[in-house]
Amino acid sequence: MIAFLRNTWRGLTSMRTALTLLFLLALAAMPGALLPQRSLNSAKVDDYIAQKGWWGEFLLKLGFFEVYATPWFAAIYLLLFTSLVGCLLPRTWEYFKQMRAKPVLTPRNLSRMPHHAQAELDVMPDEAVARARKVLRGWRMETGEDTVSAERGFLRETGNLVFHFALLGLLVSFALGKMFSYEGQIIVQADGGQFCNGGIFNYDQFRPGLRVDGTDLTPFCVEIGKFSAEYLDNGQPVGFKADIRYQSGESLASNTWNPFTLQVNHPLRTEGDRLYLLGHGYTPTFTVTFPNGEKRTQGIQWLPTDQLTLASEGATKFDPPGVTDSETRRKNQIAVTGLLAPTPLLHGNILSSKFPALNDPMVAVDVYRGDLGVDDGRGQSIFSIDQKMVDQGRLQKVARKNLALGEEIALDDGTKVRFDSVNDWVSLQVSHDPTQGYVLVFAILIILGLGVSLTVKRRRVWVRATRLTDGRTLVEVGGLARTDQAGYGEEFTRVARAVLNEEKS
Amino acid sequence: MPVNETFATYSDWLYRSALGVYLFAILLYAVEQAFARAPRKALVGAGGPDVLVDEPKSELTKSERIGRMGAAMTVLGAVLHLGSLVMRGLSAGRAPWGNMYEYMSLLCLAAVVTWIVLMAKFPIRRLGVFVLPPILTLLFLGGTVLYAESAPVQPALRSYWLVIHVSVISISSGVLLIPGVTSILYLLKDTKSDRFPKLPSADVLDRMSYRTTVLAFPLFTAGIILGAIWAEAAWGRFWGWDPKETVAFVSWVVYAAYLHARATAGWRGRGAAWINIAGFALNVFNLFFINLVTSGLHSYAGL
Repeated sequence: MIAFLRNTWRGLTSMRTALTLLFLLALAAMPGALLPQRSLNSAKVDDYIAQKGWWGEFLLKLGFFEVYATPWFAAIYLLLFTSLVGCLLPRTWEYFKQMRAKPVLTPRNLSRMPHHAQAELDVMPDEAVARARKVLRGWRMETGEDTVSAERGFLRETGNLVFHFALLGLLVSFALGKMFSYEGQIIVQADGGQFCNGGIFNYDQFRPGLRVDGTDLTPFCVEIGKFSAEYLDNGQPVGFKADIRYQSGESLASNTWNPFTLQVNHPLRTEGDRLYLLGHGYTPTFTVTFPNGEKRTQGIQWLPTDQLTLASEGATKFDPPGVTDSETRRKNQIAVTGLLAPTPLLHGNILSSKFPALNDPMVAVDVYRGDLGVDDGRGQSIFSIDQKMVDQGRLQKVARKNLALGEEIALDDGTKVRFDSVNDWVSLQVSHDPTQGYVLVFAILIILGLGVSLTVKRRRVWVRATRLTDGRTLVEVGGLARTDQAGYGEEFTRVARAVLNEEKS
Repeated sequence: MPVNETFATYSDWLYRSALGVYLFAILLYAVEQAFARAPRKALVGAGGPDVLVDEPKSELTKSERIGRMGAAMTVLGAVLHLGSLVMRGLSAGRAPWGNMYEYMSLLCLAAVVTWIVLMAKFPIRRLGVFVLPPILTLLFLGGTVLYAESAPVQPALRSYWLVIHVSVISISSGVLLIPGVTSILYLLKDTKSDRFPKLPSADVLDRMSYRTTVLAFPLFTAGIILGAIWAEAAWGRFWGWDPKETVAFVSWVVYAAYLHARATAGWRGRGAAWINIAGFALNVFNLFFINLVTSGLHSYAGL
């Protein structure tokens, strides 16, 4: 039993197993790049499964759409992790032992070494040894009887260990981060819209870490001021920025606002949370004047359907005012849907957008009246009406028109819909990851360790001086680089020449 | 920011000239390779510079002279190539690696410069006939299929991280192209029968691959980490398994496997060479497939 365990452990920690695990890790990570992933685009995953039929279902069962959260992926990296630890512990032990060990004694036959040089000199052996010691200053040296053995390049193993331990540290921090991090997205109206990080329900989308229940979010509030975008003549954006004010920590307690300019690549960092500007779009505002003269004004974000021209689609929904009877109300709800063109381009009556900035924006609206189906308990998209209601005839298209700012459309019952204005909205992301600072530190250690371990070479030099019968001294120099011989030759030649007192040629 | 059309035109012109010069260099290398005799004996110094015992006479043979011209043409091509990148940068007023065409151009320049350095260190000049064609192919694809006019970049790329992250990744990928090619040559050479007498010894090829990889690997690692730092500022997380990130991670793991394989009995030599080739194949896959076929956050191809 013990033998079995020992053999398993040995097998697991052998380099060959580590190699195999590295390959498996590479192989297992690949589907994540080739197949759509839940974490990146959930809708795409559904499309893919629907398209591929049983094959899609099969892949779904095996977790191929969430590769990095599957047990088999976890199994591979945990095994690799164990293998790494099993490899590192003895090496660290060995490393500390070698730190205190003396350089290896001079071998008998130096001419067998990969690097070798010799010369007969007119000096005494002890002078030759003294000279060698002087040349080899900085090396770890051990002087024997007329011999010197020297060794250098322990930093290689230091770098190697630093690299591997930092890798472990990075993985652990990364895993902890997955526990305690969260990420949420939200759309906020510019020119005064506010958002507070008070709870999950303030978000449009929220992805908590495994140990985040949403009760303990970092409290802060932001208010979005003016949003501005700059475009080239061809419509390509040059820069986005939003002037915001925020409160967090002390300023939240004292209710003071701090100004900040939010830009792409320039998130707001406060109290360990980060706030990002992800995108923007337009919010058209409509005023509906009902037959009884009452007015309702609403502005809600429409969704850009063309990223280049920011042509946007959406649905702005109205309840008739002053109607208490829910039956009557449900027959007279109004939805203004259609297309918003920031810079209109008309082909006859067909509206499209030719530029993403606002230049006399126009909307092409379809006005629907009837039951929007918002009361049936199911959530529905804020960007569209429920097509089922239209199909069932409970929601009917009652008017269609292109409207410029300030223009209105009259319905058959005297209701008027006016296109008032267009404002900006911004989509924001809040991210929280308490361990990313540690990840960065380990990442830097990884580069340093790697750099050192791949540039420093562990190498040895031995010198032996032998008194010859004619009174001269034969000085031999031998050299050996451990791990990789490449590049040691030049240094050895330099050392050997100095030891042998030869002029540089 | 207006684009300077004059510089943009110069840049394109220099790019085409560089391609022409590289092509000429390949022809010269090919002539040398075809007419050179196999080296009688390559003394592989243990670690020291290898001494090629070639023709005993000291004067250059005709084929050697042609080979030297090839090397000179390579250097000239690299200078023109560099000029084209500089002009591109000046014309657009930004770092000249903001779309796939420019990225590819920088990558290939890094590969050519690596090759020039290797030619100075190892007696392997004639291998240019194998090393330059893949580079030239990439440059040709870059200049035709992937070509993009000089233009400013979108807001997400307006960051000093574009200068740092993209250049480091591009240069390290370019350097890694060389061991990819020399590993293939190693596999050809390292057989019992001496089928390719004109290739340098398997040991030289192996060491060239190793030393180049060892140089590029930390750079590649740094490039990925710099990318993660930028992603934290731009996308809200430092690592999100975006397709490009994933494949970069996979090829990093493969190159790590290469370094381990070289120290593992039974994997040294041919095994390691295969791994290096796999790493390079992944890099190319990451460059083309991920940018052009899948869609992810790294879709800045500018096509």
